[in-house]
Amino acid sequence: MAILLFADHDNASLSEHSARALGAALQIGPEVDILIAGQGACAAADAAAALAGVRRVLLAEADPLAERMAEPTAALIVQLAVDYDTILAPATSSGKNVLPRVAALLDVMQISEVTQIVAPDTFKRPIYAGNAIEVVQSTDALRVLTIRSASFAPAATGDGAAPVVAVDPAAAPALSSFGQNLLSVSDRPDLSSARIVVSGGRALGSKQRFEAVINPLADKLGAAVGASRAAVDAGYAANDHQVGQTGKVVAPDLYIACGISGAIQHLAGMKDSRIIVAINSDGEAPIFQVADYGIVGDIFDIVPQMERAL
Amino acid sequence: MKILVPVKRVVDHNVKIRVKTDGSGVDLANAKMSMNPFDEIAVEQAVRMKEAGEATEVVVVSVGPAQAQEVLRTALAMGADRAILILADGRVEPLSVAKILQRVAQAEGAGMVILGKQAIDDDCNQTGQMLAALLGWSQATFASKIEMEGAHALVTREIDGGLQQIRVTLPAVVTADLRLNEPRYASLPNIMKAKKKPLVQQTPEDLGLPIAPRLTVLRVEEPVARASGIKVGSVAELLDKLKTEAAVI
Ligand SMILES: Cc1cc2nc3c(=O)[nH]c(=O)nc-3n(C[C@H](O)[C@H](O)[C@H](O)COP(=O)(O)OP(=O)(O)OC[C@H]3O[C@@H](n4cnc5c(N)ncnc54)[C@H](O)[C@@H]3O)c2cc1C
Ligand SMILES: Nc1ncnc2c1ncn2[C@@H]1O[C@H](COP(=O)(O)O)[C@@H](O)[C@H]1O
Repeated sequence: MAILLFADHDNASLSEHSARALGAALQIGPEVDILIAGQGACAAADAAAALAGVRRVLLAEADPLAERMAEPTAALIVQLAVDYDTILAPATSSGKNVLPRVAALLDVMQISEVTQIVAPDTFKRPIYAGNAIEVVQSTDALRVLTIRSASFAPAATGDGAAPVVAVDPAAAPALSSFGQNLLSVSDRPDLSSARIVVSGGRALGSKQRFEAVINPLADKLGAAVGASRAAVDAGYAANDHQVGQTGKVVAPDLYIACGISGAIQHLAGMKDSRIIVAINSDGEAPIFQVADYGIVGDIFDIVPQMERAL
Repeated sequence: MKILVPVKRVVDHNVKIRVKTDGSGVDLANAKMSMNPFDEIAVEQAVRMKEAGEATEVVVVSVGPAQAQEVLRTALAMGADRAILILADGRVEPLSVAKILQRVAQAEGAGMVILGKQAIDDDCNQTGQMLAALLGWSQATFASKIEMEGAHALVTREIDGGLQQIRVTLPAVVTADLRLNEPRYASLPNIMKAKKKPLVQQTPEDLGLPIAPRLTVLRVEEPVARASGIKVGSVAELLDKLKTEAAVI
Protein backbone atom coordinates (compact mmCIF):
# COMPACT_ATOMS: atom_id res chain seq x y z
CA MET A 1 0.00 0.00 0.00
CA ALA A 2 0.94 3.63 -0.12
CA ILE A 3 3.06 5.97 2.02
CA LEU A 4 2.01 9.37 3.39
CA LEU A 5 4.77 11.91 4.02
CA PHE A 6 3.83 14.80 6.34
CA ALA A 7 6.03 17.54 4.92
CA ASP A 8 7.95 20.22 6.77
CA HIS A 9 7.38 23.66 5.25
CA ASP A 10 6.48 27.24 6.12
CA ASN A 11 3.63 27.63 3.57
CA ALA A 12 5.86 29.71 1.29
CA SER A 13 8.57 27.11 0.79
CA LEU A 14 9.32 23.46 1.36
CA SER A 15 12.17 22.63 3.73
CA GLU A 16 14.99 20.45 2.53
CA HIS A 17 14.09 17.95 5.29
CA SER A 18 11.00 17.04 3.29
CA ALA A 19 13.02 16.09 0.22
CA ARG A 20 15.30 13.98 2.42
CA ALA A 21 12.35 12.25 4.08
CA LEU A 22 11.05 11.54 0.57
CA GLY A 23 14.40 9.91 -0.19
CA ALA A 24 13.76 7.60 2.79
CA ALA A 25 10.11 7.00 1.82
CA LEU A 26 11.06 5.89 -1.69
CA GLN A 27 13.30 3.23 -0.16
CA ILE A 28 10.18 1.77 1.51
CA GLY A 29 7.90 1.82 -1.51
CA PRO A 30 7.15 3.63 -4.78
CA GLU A 31 3.72 5.13 -4.00
CA VAL A 32 4.42 8.23 -1.93
CA ASP A 33 1.92 11.04 -1.35
CA ILE A 34 3.11 14.26 0.26
CA LEU A 35 0.75 16.07 2.64
CA ILE A 36 1.05 19.84 2.79
CA ALA A 37 -1.00 21.00 5.77
CA GLY A 38 -1.09 24.76 6.03
CA GLN A 39 -2.78 27.95 4.96
CA GLY A 40 -1.87 29.81 1.78
CA ALA A 41 0.49 26.94 1.10
CA CYS A 42 0.24 26.62 -2.71
CA ALA A 43 3.90 27.50 -3.12
CA ALA A 44 4.97 24.72 -0.74
CA ALA A 45 2.63 22.29 -2.51
CA ASP A 46 4.08 23.18 -5.91
CA ALA A 47 7.59 22.67 -4.59
CA ALA A 48 6.54 19.25 -3.27
CA ALA A 49 4.94 18.33 -6.61
CA ALA A 50 8.22 19.09 -8.34
CA LEU A 51 10.13 16.47 -6.37
CA ALA A 52 11.05 13.35 -8.31
CA GLY A 53 9.12 10.24 -7.34
CA VAL A 54 6.03 11.83 -5.75
CA ARG A 55 2.71 10.26 -6.71
CA ARG A 56 0.39 13.05 -5.50
CA VAL A 57 0.49 16.10 -3.29
CA LEU A 58 -2.41 16.48 -0.86
CA LEU A 59 -3.01 20.12 0.00
CA ALA A 60 -5.09 20.72 3.15
CA GLU A 61 -5.64 24.38 3.93
CA ALA A 62 -7.38 25.87 6.98
CA ASP A 63 -6.61 28.61 9.48
CA PRO A 64 -5.88 26.20 12.38
CA LEU A 65 -3.35 24.45 10.12
CA ALA A 66 -1.44 27.62 9.27
CA GLU A 67 1.23 26.89 11.88
CA ARG A 68 0.62 23.12 11.96
CA MET A 69 -0.53 23.07 15.57
CA ALA A 70 -0.43 19.52 16.87
CA GLU A 71 -4.13 18.92 17.57
CA PRO A 72 -5.74 19.83 14.22
CA THR A 73 -2.78 18.53 12.21
CA ALA A 74 -2.82 15.14 13.92
CA ALA A 75 -6.59 14.94 13.42
CA LEU A 76 -6.09 15.62 9.70
CA ILE A 77 -3.44 12.92 9.31
CA VAL A 78 -5.62 10.40 11.16
CA GLN A 79 -8.47 11.26 8.80
CA LEU A 80 -6.23 10.38 5.83
CA ALA A 81 -4.56 7.34 7.43
CA VAL A 82 -6.86 4.60 6.09
CA ASP A 83 -5.29 4.81 2.65
CA TYR A 84 -1.73 4.25 3.83
CA ASP A 85 0.37 1.62 5.54
CA THR A 86 3.28 3.94 6.35
CA ILE A 87 3.06 7.50 7.66
CA LEU A 88 6.30 9.39 8.05
CA ALA A 89 7.74 12.84 8.58
CA PRO A 90 11.20 14.33 8.90
CA ALA A 91 12.28 14.49 12.56
CA THR A 92 12.06 18.28 12.68
CA SER A 93 10.43 20.12 15.57
CA SER A 94 7.15 19.98 13.62
CA GLY A 95 7.37 16.26 12.79
CA LYS A 96 8.40 15.38 16.34
CA ASN A 97 5.50 17.42 17.72
CA VAL A 98 2.76 16.00 15.52
CA LEU A 99 3.62 12.40 14.62
CA PRO A 100 3.60 10.75 18.08
CA ARG A 101 0.14 12.25 18.55
CA VAL A 102 -0.93 10.61 15.29
CA ALA A 103 0.64 7.30 16.33
CA ALA A 104 -1.23 7.20 19.65
CA LEU A 105 -4.54 8.09 18.00
CA LEU A 106 -3.99 5.15 15.63
CA ASP A 107 -2.74 2.91 18.47
CA VAL A 108 0.64 2.45 16.83
CA MET A 109 4.11 2.54 18.37
CA GLN A 110 6.14 5.20 16.54
CA ILE A 111 9.71 4.56 15.43
CA SER A 112 11.66 7.78 16.03
CA GLU A 113 14.69 9.15 14.18
CA VAL A 114 15.09 6.37 11.62
CA THR A 115 18.59 6.44 10.12
CA GLN A 116 18.31 3.41 7.83
CA ILE A 117 15.53 1.47 6.12
CA VAL A 118 16.38 -2.23 6.42
CA ALA A 119 13.02 -3.50 5.11
CA PRO A 120 9.56 -1.88 4.87
CA ASP A 121 8.88 -2.99 8.46
CA THR A 122 12.46 -2.95 9.82
CA PHE A 123 14.52 0.11 10.64
CA LYS A 124 17.72 1.27 12.31
CA ARG A 125 17.66 4.08 14.85
CA PRO A 126 20.22 5.45 17.30
CA ILE A 127 19.66 5.13 21.05
CA TYR A 128 21.72 6.35 24.04
CA ALA A 129 22.87 9.49 22.22
CA GLY A 130 24.00 7.46 19.25
CA ASN A 131 26.22 5.14 21.30
CA ALA A 132 24.17 2.17 20.13
CA ILE A 133 22.07 1.46 17.06
CA GLU A 134 18.81 -0.42 17.51
CA VAL A 135 17.43 -2.58 14.69
CA VAL A 136 13.66 -2.74 15.23
CA GLN A 137 10.85 -4.51 13.46
CA SER A 138 7.32 -3.24 13.75
CA THR A 139 4.46 -5.66 14.41
CA ASP A 140 1.82 -2.98 13.79
CA ALA A 141 -0.22 -3.11 10.58
CA LEU A 142 0.54 0.58 10.06
CA ARG A 143 3.97 2.09 10.57
CA VAL A 144 4.58 5.62 11.89
CA LEU A 145 8.15 6.89 11.50
CA THR A 146 10.15 10.05 11.92
CA ILE A 147 13.17 10.27 9.64
CA ARG A 148 16.55 11.67 10.64
CA SER A 149 17.10 13.74 7.54
CA ALA A 150 20.89 13.97 7.90
CA SER A 151 21.02 10.23 7.14
CA PHE A 152 19.23 10.35 3.78
CA ALA A 153 20.02 12.05 0.50
CA PRO A 154 17.30 14.38 -0.77
CA ALA A 155 15.07 13.27 -3.62
CA ALA A 156 15.89 15.21 -6.77
CA THR A 157 13.77 18.07 -8.00
CA GLY A 158 12.03 16.71 -11.08
CA ASP A 159 9.79 18.43 -13.60
CA GLY A 160 6.68 19.04 -11.49
CA ALA A 161 4.60 16.18 -12.82
CA ALA A 162 2.70 15.21 -9.63
CA PRO A 163 -0.90 16.43 -9.33
CA VAL A 164 -1.89 18.62 -6.37
CA VAL A 165 -5.17 17.41 -4.87
CA ALA A 166 -7.11 19.53 -2.34
CA VAL A 167 -8.35 17.72 0.77
CA ASP A 168 -10.91 19.04 3.24
CA PRO A 169 -9.76 18.94 6.83
CA ALA A 170 -12.52 17.83 9.18
CA ALA A 171 -13.28 20.36 11.92
CA ALA A 172 -11.19 19.68 15.04
CA PRO A 173 -11.74 21.16 18.51
CA ALA A 174 -9.60 24.27 19.06
CA LEU A 175 -7.63 23.15 22.09
CA SER A 176 -4.77 25.55 21.62
CA SER A 177 -4.07 28.68 19.68
CA PHE A 178 -1.02 30.04 17.99
CA GLY A 179 0.57 33.12 19.52
CA GLN A 180 3.67 34.13 17.63
CA ASN A 181 6.92 32.87 16.20
CA LEU A 182 10.12 34.50 17.39
CA LEU A 183 12.44 33.26 14.69
CA SER A 184 16.16 33.84 14.46
CA VAL A 185 16.93 35.89 11.39
CA SER A 186 20.21 35.30 9.66
CA ASP A 187 21.71 35.56 6.21
CA ARG A 188 23.76 32.46 6.86
CA PRO A 189 22.76 29.05 5.53
CA ASP A 190 20.37 26.90 7.53
CA LEU A 191 22.23 24.89 10.17
CA SER A 192 20.64 21.53 9.36
CA SER A 193 21.34 21.66 5.64
CA ALA A 194 24.54 23.72 5.45
CA ARG A 195 27.55 22.23 3.68
CA ILE A 196 29.90 23.71 6.29
CA VAL A 197 29.20 24.36 9.98
CA VAL A 198 31.40 26.34 12.38
CA SER A 199 30.45 25.66 15.99
CA GLY A 200 31.52 27.33 19.20
CA GLY A 201 31.50 26.08 22.78
CA ARG A 202 31.79 27.30 26.33
CA ALA A 203 35.37 28.42 25.68
CA LEU A 204 34.09 31.46 23.77
CA GLY A 205 33.25 33.04 27.12
CA SER A 206 30.64 35.59 26.06
CA LYS A 207 28.10 36.37 23.35
CA GLN A 208 30.30 39.21 22.08
CA ARG A 209 33.35 37.00 21.80
CA PHE A 210 31.31 34.18 20.21
CA GLU A 211 30.15 36.58 17.52
CA ALA A 212 33.56 38.20 17.10
CA VAL A 213 35.41 34.89 16.71
CA ILE A 214 32.97 32.38 15.19
CA ASN A 215 30.91 34.55 12.84
CA PRO A 216 33.74 35.96 10.67
CA LEU A 217 35.09 32.47 9.96
CA ALA A 218 31.58 31.20 9.21
CA ASP A 219 31.00 34.11 6.84
CA LYS A 220 34.31 33.56 5.03
CA LEU A 221 33.37 29.91 4.48
CA GLY A 222 29.69 30.54 3.71
CA ALA A 223 28.98 28.31 6.70
CA ALA A 224 26.17 27.98 9.22
CA VAL A 225 26.88 28.66 12.90
CA GLY A 226 26.33 25.97 15.52
CA ALA A 227 26.93 25.78 19.26
CA SER A 228 27.27 23.38 22.15
CA ARG A 229 24.62 23.23 24.83
CA ALA A 230 26.97 24.98 27.23
CA ALA A 231 27.29 27.92 24.83
CA VAL A 232 23.51 28.09 24.35
CA ASP A 233 22.73 27.79 28.07
CA ALA A 234 25.18 30.61 28.77
CA GLY A 235 23.44 32.79 26.19
CA TYR A 236 26.35 33.00 23.70
CA ALA A 237 24.17 31.58 20.92
CA ALA A 238 20.43 31.14 20.27
CA ASN A 239 18.72 27.89 21.29
CA ASP A 240 18.15 26.83 17.68
CA HIS A 241 21.93 26.74 17.19
CA GLN A 242 22.39 23.81 19.57
CA VAL A 243 23.91 20.73 17.96
CA GLY A 244 23.55 17.41 19.74
CA GLN A 245 21.47 14.62 21.18
CA THR A 246 18.75 17.03 22.16
CA GLY A 247 19.44 19.75 19.63
CA LYS A 248 19.97 19.52 15.88
CA VAL A 249 21.64 16.60 14.18
CA VAL A 250 23.89 17.75 11.37
CA ALA A 251 26.08 15.94 8.87
CA PRO A 252 27.80 18.61 6.77
CA ASP A 253 30.82 18.06 4.55
CA LEU A 254 32.89 20.03 7.06
CA TYR A 255 32.26 20.61 10.77
CA ILE A 256 34.65 22.87 12.67
CA ALA A 257 34.36 22.56 16.47
CA CYS A 258 35.95 25.51 18.28
CA GLY A 259 36.44 25.26 22.03
CA ILE A 260 34.05 22.32 22.36
CA SER A 261 35.12 19.40 24.57
CA GLY A 262 33.19 16.70 22.69
CA ALA A 263 30.74 15.37 25.29
CA ILE A 264 28.76 12.35 24.02
CA GLN A 265 25.65 14.51 23.84
CA HIS A 266 27.41 16.89 21.46
CA LEU A 267 29.01 14.12 19.38
CA ALA A 268 25.53 12.63 18.89
CA GLY A 269 24.66 15.64 16.76
CA MET A 270 27.74 15.91 14.52
CA LYS A 271 29.79 12.71 14.39
CA ASP A 272 28.36 11.74 11.00
CA SER A 273 29.87 14.85 9.42
CA ARG A 274 32.15 13.98 6.52
CA ILE A 275 35.21 15.91 7.78
CA ILE A 276 35.56 17.09 11.38
CA VAL A 277 38.07 19.71 12.49
CA ALA A 278 38.66 20.32 16.20
CA ILE A 279 40.41 23.30 17.75
CA ASN A 280 40.95 22.93 21.47
CA SER A 281 43.67 23.96 23.93
CA ASP A 282 43.44 20.59 25.69
CA GLY A 283 45.14 17.93 23.58
CA GLU A 284 43.26 15.24 25.52
CA ALA A 285 39.77 16.65 24.80
CA PRO A 286 37.46 13.85 23.58
CA ILE A 287 36.54 15.87 20.48
CA PHE A 288 39.94 14.87 19.02
CA GLN A 289 38.80 11.22 19.00
CA VAL A 290 36.31 11.98 16.24
CA ALA A 291 38.27 14.73 14.49
CA ASP A 292 39.94 14.10 11.13
CA TYR A 293 42.17 17.13 11.70
CA GLY A 294 42.91 18.59 15.09
CA ILE A 295 44.83 21.66 16.20
CA VAL A 296 45.86 21.96 19.84
CA GLY A 297 45.77 25.66 20.55
CA ASP A 298 43.91 28.74 21.65
CA ILE A 299 40.77 29.44 19.62
CA PHE A 300 41.25 33.18 20.08
CA ASP A 301 44.51 32.81 18.19
CA ILE A 302 43.76 29.96 15.72
CA VAL A 303 40.28 30.89 14.50
CA PRO A 304 41.13 34.49 13.47
CA GLN A 305 44.29 33.14 11.79
CA MET A 306 42.15 30.75 9.74
CA GLU A 307 39.78 33.52 8.80
CA ARG A 308 42.62 35.74 7.61
CA ALA A 309 44.30 32.95 5.66
CA LEU A 310 41.19 32.04 3.67
CA MET B 1 -4.59 22.49 40.13
CA LYS B 2 -2.84 19.18 40.57
CA ILE B 3 0.28 18.62 38.46
CA LEU B 4 1.42 15.14 37.51
CA VAL B 5 5.09 14.65 36.59
CA PRO B 6 6.19 11.33 35.05
CA VAL B 7 9.83 10.55 35.82
CA LYS B 8 11.90 7.81 34.26
CA ARG B 9 14.88 6.00 35.76
CA VAL B 10 17.60 5.96 33.12
CA VAL B 11 21.34 5.42 32.87
CA ASP B 12 23.16 8.49 34.20
CA HIS B 13 24.05 10.95 31.45
CA ASN B 14 27.75 10.75 32.31
CA VAL B 15 27.95 7.01 31.75
CA LYS B 16 29.43 5.84 28.46
CA ILE B 17 27.35 2.76 27.71
CA ARG B 18 28.62 -0.35 25.92
CA VAL B 19 26.85 -2.54 23.41
CA LYS B 20 26.84 -6.23 24.38
CA THR B 21 29.03 -8.26 22.08
CA ASP B 22 26.21 -10.69 21.25
CA GLY B 23 24.08 -7.81 19.93
CA SER B 24 21.30 -8.48 22.43
CA GLY B 25 21.31 -5.02 23.96
CA VAL B 26 23.26 -2.53 26.00
CA ASP B 27 25.28 -3.54 29.04
CA LEU B 28 23.92 -1.62 32.02
CA ALA B 29 25.19 -3.94 34.76
CA ASN B 30 26.59 -1.76 37.58
CA ALA B 31 25.99 1.42 35.56
CA LYS B 32 24.97 4.44 37.61
CA MET B 33 21.25 5.14 37.18
CA SER B 34 19.55 8.51 37.70
CA MET B 35 16.40 10.46 36.99
CA ASN B 36 16.13 11.37 33.30
CA PRO B 37 17.61 14.93 33.18
CA PHE B 38 14.59 16.37 31.38
CA ASP B 39 12.33 14.94 34.11
CA GLU B 40 14.35 16.79 36.77
CA ILE B 41 13.51 19.95 34.83
CA ALA B 42 9.83 18.93 34.76
CA VAL B 43 9.79 18.27 38.52
CA GLU B 44 11.51 21.61 39.18
CA GLN B 45 8.90 23.39 37.07
CA ALA B 46 5.99 21.76 38.90
CA VAL B 47 7.50 22.52 42.32
CA ARG B 48 8.07 26.16 41.33
CA MET B 49 4.46 26.41 40.17
CA LYS B 50 3.33 25.07 43.54
CA GLU B 51 5.59 27.55 45.33
CA ALA B 52 4.07 30.33 43.21
CA GLY B 53 0.56 29.26 44.23
CA GLU B 54 -0.30 28.09 40.70
CA ALA B 55 -0.51 24.42 41.67
CA THR B 56 -1.89 22.76 44.78
CA GLU B 57 -0.16 19.41 44.65
CA VAL B 58 2.69 17.78 42.73
CA VAL B 59 2.38 14.03 42.16
CA VAL B 60 5.28 12.14 40.56
CA VAL B 61 4.86 8.81 38.81
CA SER B 62 7.32 6.33 37.37
CA VAL B 63 6.84 3.19 35.33
CA GLY B 64 9.72 0.83 35.96
CA PRO B 65 11.42 -1.67 38.24
CA ALA B 66 11.39 -1.50 42.05
CA GLN B 67 14.61 0.56 41.97
CA ALA B 68 12.69 3.38 40.31
CA GLN B 69 11.67 4.21 43.89
CA GLU B 70 15.03 5.98 44.13
CA VAL B 71 14.23 8.50 41.42
CA LEU B 72 10.78 9.01 42.93
CA ARG B 73 12.43 9.73 46.31
CA THR B 74 14.71 12.24 44.57
CA ALA B 75 11.66 13.97 43.13
CA LEU B 76 10.02 14.01 46.56
CA ALA B 77 13.19 15.53 48.01
CA MET B 78 13.01 18.25 45.35
CA GLY B 79 9.55 19.16 46.63
CA ALA B 80 6.97 16.81 45.08
CA ASP B 81 4.23 15.78 47.50
CA ARG B 82 3.43 12.17 46.62
CA ALA B 83 4.74 9.38 44.42
CA ILE B 84 3.28 6.49 42.48
CA LEU B 85 5.35 3.61 41.17
CA ILE B 86 3.86 1.41 38.47
CA LEU B 87 5.95 -1.73 38.71
CA ALA B 88 7.04 -3.09 35.35
CA ASP B 89 10.22 -4.95 34.49
CA GLY B 90 11.82 -4.98 31.08
CA ARG B 91 11.20 -2.69 28.15
CA VAL B 92 8.01 -0.63 28.36
CA GLU B 93 7.42 1.32 25.17
CA PRO B 94 6.28 4.95 25.15
CA LEU B 95 2.82 3.93 23.85
CA SER B 96 2.32 1.66 26.89
CA VAL B 97 3.74 4.28 29.25
CA ALA B 98 1.33 6.82 27.77
CA LYS B 99 -1.61 4.46 28.31
CA ILE B 100 -0.60 3.95 31.94
CA LEU B 101 -0.12 7.68 32.46
CA GLN B 102 -3.54 8.32 30.92
CA ARG B 103 -5.17 6.19 33.63
CA VAL B 104 -3.14 7.83 36.37
CA ALA B 105 -3.88 11.37 35.11
CA GLN B 106 -7.58 10.61 34.96
CA ALA B 107 -7.66 8.92 38.38
CA GLU B 108 -5.77 11.85 39.92
CA GLY B 109 -7.81 14.53 38.16
CA ALA B 110 -4.61 16.26 37.07
CA GLY B 111 -4.90 19.73 35.51
CA MET B 112 -1.50 19.55 33.89
CA VAL B 113 1.03 16.81 33.14
CA ILE B 114 4.62 17.96 32.70
CA LEU B 115 6.97 15.38 31.18
CA GLY B 116 10.50 15.53 29.92
CA LYS B 117 10.72 16.05 26.17
CA GLN B 118 12.90 12.98 25.72
CA ALA B 119 14.28 10.07 27.70
CA ILE B 120 18.04 9.93 27.18
CA ASP B 121 18.10 6.14 26.92
CA ASP B 122 15.56 5.38 24.17
CA ASP B 123 15.73 8.94 22.73
CA CYS B 124 12.11 8.50 21.59
CA ASN B 125 10.59 11.94 22.26
CA GLN B 126 7.05 10.55 22.07
CA THR B 127 5.43 9.89 25.42
CA GLY B 128 4.05 13.37 26.13
CA GLN B 129 2.54 13.77 22.67
CA MET B 130 1.01 10.28 22.91
CA LEU B 131 -0.41 11.00 26.35
CA ALA B 132 -1.99 14.25 25.12
CA ALA B 133 -3.60 12.32 22.24
CA LEU B 134 -5.00 9.60 24.49
CA LEU B 135 -6.40 12.15 26.94
CA GLY B 136 -7.72 14.34 24.12
CA TRP B 137 -5.87 17.29 25.69
CA SER B 138 -3.91 20.11 24.15
CA GLN B 139 -0.14 19.75 24.05
CA ALA B 140 2.82 22.08 24.26
CA THR B 141 6.08 20.30 23.53
CA PHE B 142 9.69 21.48 24.04
CA ALA B 143 8.70 24.19 26.52
CA SER B 144 11.22 26.79 27.63
CA LYS B 145 8.68 28.92 29.55
CA ILE B 146 5.22 28.34 31.04
CA GLU B 147 3.02 31.28 32.14
CA MET B 148 -0.37 30.59 33.70
CA GLU B 149 -3.33 32.67 32.49
CA GLY B 150 -6.43 31.32 34.25
CA ALA B 151 -7.93 28.55 32.12
CA HIS B 152 -4.97 28.73 29.73
CA ALA B 153 -1.22 28.52 29.81
CA LEU B 154 1.04 30.57 27.56
CA VAL B 155 3.92 28.32 26.60
CA THR B 156 7.13 29.32 24.81
CA ARG B 157 8.44 26.40 22.75
CA GLU B 158 11.90 25.73 21.30
CA ILE B 159 11.41 25.08 17.59
CA ASP B 160 13.84 24.60 14.70
CA GLY B 161 13.95 28.25 13.66
CA GLY B 162 13.85 29.84 17.11
CA LEU B 163 10.97 30.15 19.57
CA GLN B 164 7.20 29.85 19.29
CA GLN B 165 4.51 31.00 21.70
CA ILE B 166 1.24 29.10 21.90
CA ARG B 167 -1.72 29.26 24.27
CA VAL B 168 -3.04 25.89 25.47
CA THR B 169 -6.38 25.24 27.13
CA LEU B 170 -6.15 23.42 30.45
CA PRO B 171 -5.96 20.56 31.19
CA ALA B 172 -2.84 20.24 29.08
CA VAL B 173 0.28 18.18 28.54
CA VAL B 174 3.59 20.05 28.49
CA THR B 175 7.04 18.61 27.75
CA ALA B 176 10.12 20.28 29.21
CA ASP B 177 13.12 21.41 27.18
CA LEU B 178 16.57 22.21 28.57
CA ARG B 179 16.06 25.95 29.01
CA LEU B 180 12.85 25.74 31.09
CA ASN B 181 14.77 26.05 34.35
CA GLU B 182 17.79 24.84 36.26
CA PRO B 183 16.77 22.07 38.67
CA ARG B 184 17.65 22.50 42.33
CA TYR B 185 19.73 20.08 44.36
CA ALA B 186 17.76 18.45 47.15
CA SER B 187 19.02 19.54 50.58
CA LEU B 188 19.84 16.95 53.22
CA PRO B 189 16.84 17.87 55.43
CA ASN B 190 14.59 17.57 52.39
CA ILE B 191 16.06 14.19 51.51
CA MET B 192 15.25 13.06 55.06
CA LYS B 193 11.72 14.47 54.82
CA ALA B 194 11.19 12.75 51.47
CA LYS B 195 11.60 9.37 53.12
CA LYS B 196 8.33 9.96 54.97
CA LYS B 197 6.31 11.18 51.99
CA PRO B 198 3.77 8.71 50.59
CA LEU B 199 4.86 6.35 47.79
CA VAL B 200 2.32 3.82 46.57
CA GLN B 201 2.93 0.93 44.20
CA GLN B 202 0.65 -0.48 41.54
CA THR B 203 1.02 -2.75 38.55
CA PRO B 204 -0.13 -2.26 34.96
CA GLU B 205 -2.51 -5.17 35.61
CA ASP B 206 -4.10 -3.17 38.46
CA LEU B 207 -4.89 -0.57 35.81
CA GLY B 208 -6.16 -3.24 33.45
CA LEU B 209 -3.48 -2.60 30.85
CA PRO B 210 -1.41 -5.00 28.78
CA ILE B 211 2.07 -3.64 28.11
CA ALA B 212 3.39 -6.04 25.48
CA PRO B 213 5.85 -4.23 23.18
CA ARG B 214 4.84 -3.56 19.58
CA LEU B 215 8.39 -3.36 18.30
CA THR B 216 10.73 -6.31 18.20
CA VAL B 217 14.35 -5.37 18.78
CA LEU B 218 16.15 -7.66 16.35
CA ARG B 219 19.59 -6.59 17.55
CA VAL B 220 21.59 -3.72 18.96
CA GLU B 221 24.72 -2.72 17.06
CA GLU B 222 27.82 -0.73 17.78
CA PRO B 223 27.82 2.52 15.79
CA VAL B 224 30.32 2.70 12.95
CA ALA B 225 33.55 4.07 14.39
CA ARG B 226 35.36 6.94 12.68
CA ALA B 227 38.87 6.31 11.44
CA SER B 228 41.33 8.10 13.70
CA GLY B 229 42.52 11.45 12.46
CA ILE B 230 45.69 13.46 12.81
CA LYS B 231 46.84 16.55 14.66
CA VAL B 232 48.28 19.27 12.48
CA GLY B 233 50.87 21.80 13.60
CA SER B 234 49.67 25.00 11.98
CA VAL B 235 46.75 26.80 10.40
CA ALA B 236 48.53 26.73 7.04
CA GLU B 237 48.85 22.95 7.24
CA LEU B 238 45.20 22.59 8.26
CA LEU B 239 43.92 24.69 5.37
CA ASP B 240 46.15 22.85 2.95
CA LYS B 241 44.75 19.47 4.11
CA LEU B 242 41.18 20.78 3.87
CA LYS B 243 41.83 21.97 0.32
CA THR B 244 43.85 19.16 -1.16
CA GLU B 245 43.32 16.00 0.94
CA ALA B 246 39.69 16.45 2.03
CA ALA B 247 38.62 18.82 -0.78
CA VAL B 248 35.98 20.47 1.38
CA ILE B 249 36.96 24.12 0.98
C1 LIG C 1 20.11 15.79 29.01
C2 LIG C 1 21.30 16.43 28.40
C3 LIG C 1 21.24 16.79 27.08
C4 LIG C 1 22.32 17.44 26.48
N1 LIG C 1 22.23 17.76 25.17
C5 LIG C 1 23.28 18.36 24.58
C6 LIG C 1 23.24 18.71 23.21
O1 LIG C 1 22.25 18.47 22.50
N2 LIG C 1 24.31 19.34 22.67
C7 LIG C 1 25.45 19.63 23.41
O2 LIG C 1 26.39 20.22 22.87
N3 LIG C 1 25.50 19.29 24.70
C8 LIG C 1 24.45 18.67 25.31
N4 LIG C 1 24.54 18.37 26.63
C9 LIG C 1 25.68 18.91 27.42
C10 LIG C 1 26.97 18.12 27.32
O3 LIG C 1 26.94 17.07 28.25
C11 LIG C 1 28.18 19.05 27.64
O4 LIG C 1 27.99 19.59 28.92
C12 LIG C 1 28.35 20.19 26.64
O5 LIG C 1 28.33 19.69 25.32
C13 LIG C 1 29.66 20.90 26.91
O6 LIG C 1 29.79 22.03 26.07
P1 LIG C 1 31.24 22.58 25.70
O7 LIG C 1 32.02 21.54 25.02
O8 LIG C 1 31.03 23.87 24.99
O9 LIG C 1 31.84 22.96 27.13
P2 LIG C 1 32.99 22.26 27.96
O10 LIG C 1 32.74 20.82 28.12
O11 LIG C 1 33.17 23.09 29.16
O12 LIG C 1 34.27 22.36 27.02
C14 LIG C 1 34.93 23.54 26.73
C15 LIG C 1 36.18 23.15 25.97
O13 LIG C 1 36.85 24.31 25.54
C16 LIG C 1 38.26 24.11 25.68
N5 LIG C 1 38.87 25.45 25.80
C17 LIG C 1 38.78 26.31 26.83
N6 LIG C 1 39.41 27.47 26.52
C18 LIG C 1 39.89 27.33 25.27
C19 LIG C 1 40.60 28.18 24.40
N7 LIG C 1 40.91 29.44 24.73
N8 LIG C 1 40.94 27.71 23.18
C20 LIG C 1 40.61 26.44 22.81
N9 LIG C 1 39.92 25.61 23.59
C21 LIG C 1 39.56 26.04 24.82
C22 LIG C 1 38.43 23.23 26.88
O14 LIG C 1 39.65 22.50 26.80
C23 LIG C 1 37.19 22.33 26.76
O15 LIG C 1 37.50 21.14 26.06
C24 LIG C 1 23.48 17.71 27.24
C25 LIG C 1 23.56 17.31 28.56
C26 LIG C 1 22.47 16.67 29.14
C27 LIG C 1 22.58 16.25 30.56
N1 LIG D 1 8.88 4.54 32.17
C1 LIG D 1 8.54 5.82 32.37
N2 LIG D 1 8.10 6.24 33.58
C2 LIG D 1 7.75 7.52 33.78
N3 LIG D 1 7.83 8.48 32.84
C3 LIG D 1 8.26 8.11 31.63
C4 LIG D 1 8.64 6.79 31.32
N4 LIG D 1 9.02 6.75 30.03
C5 LIG D 1 8.89 8.00 29.55
N5 LIG D 1 8.44 8.83 30.52
C6 LIG D 1 8.20 10.29 30.40
O1 LIG D 1 8.12 10.63 29.04
C7 LIG D 1 9.19 11.51 28.67
C8 LIG D 1 9.63 11.26 27.24
O2 LIG D 1 10.12 9.95 27.10
P1 LIG D 1 10.36 9.26 25.68
O3 LIG D 1 9.11 9.46 24.89
O4 LIG D 1 10.64 7.83 25.99
O5 LIG D 1 11.54 9.95 25.07
C9 LIG D 1 10.24 11.32 29.76
O6 LIG D 1 11.05 12.47 29.89
C10 LIG D 1 9.36 11.08 30.99
O7 LIG D 1 8.85 12.31 31.50
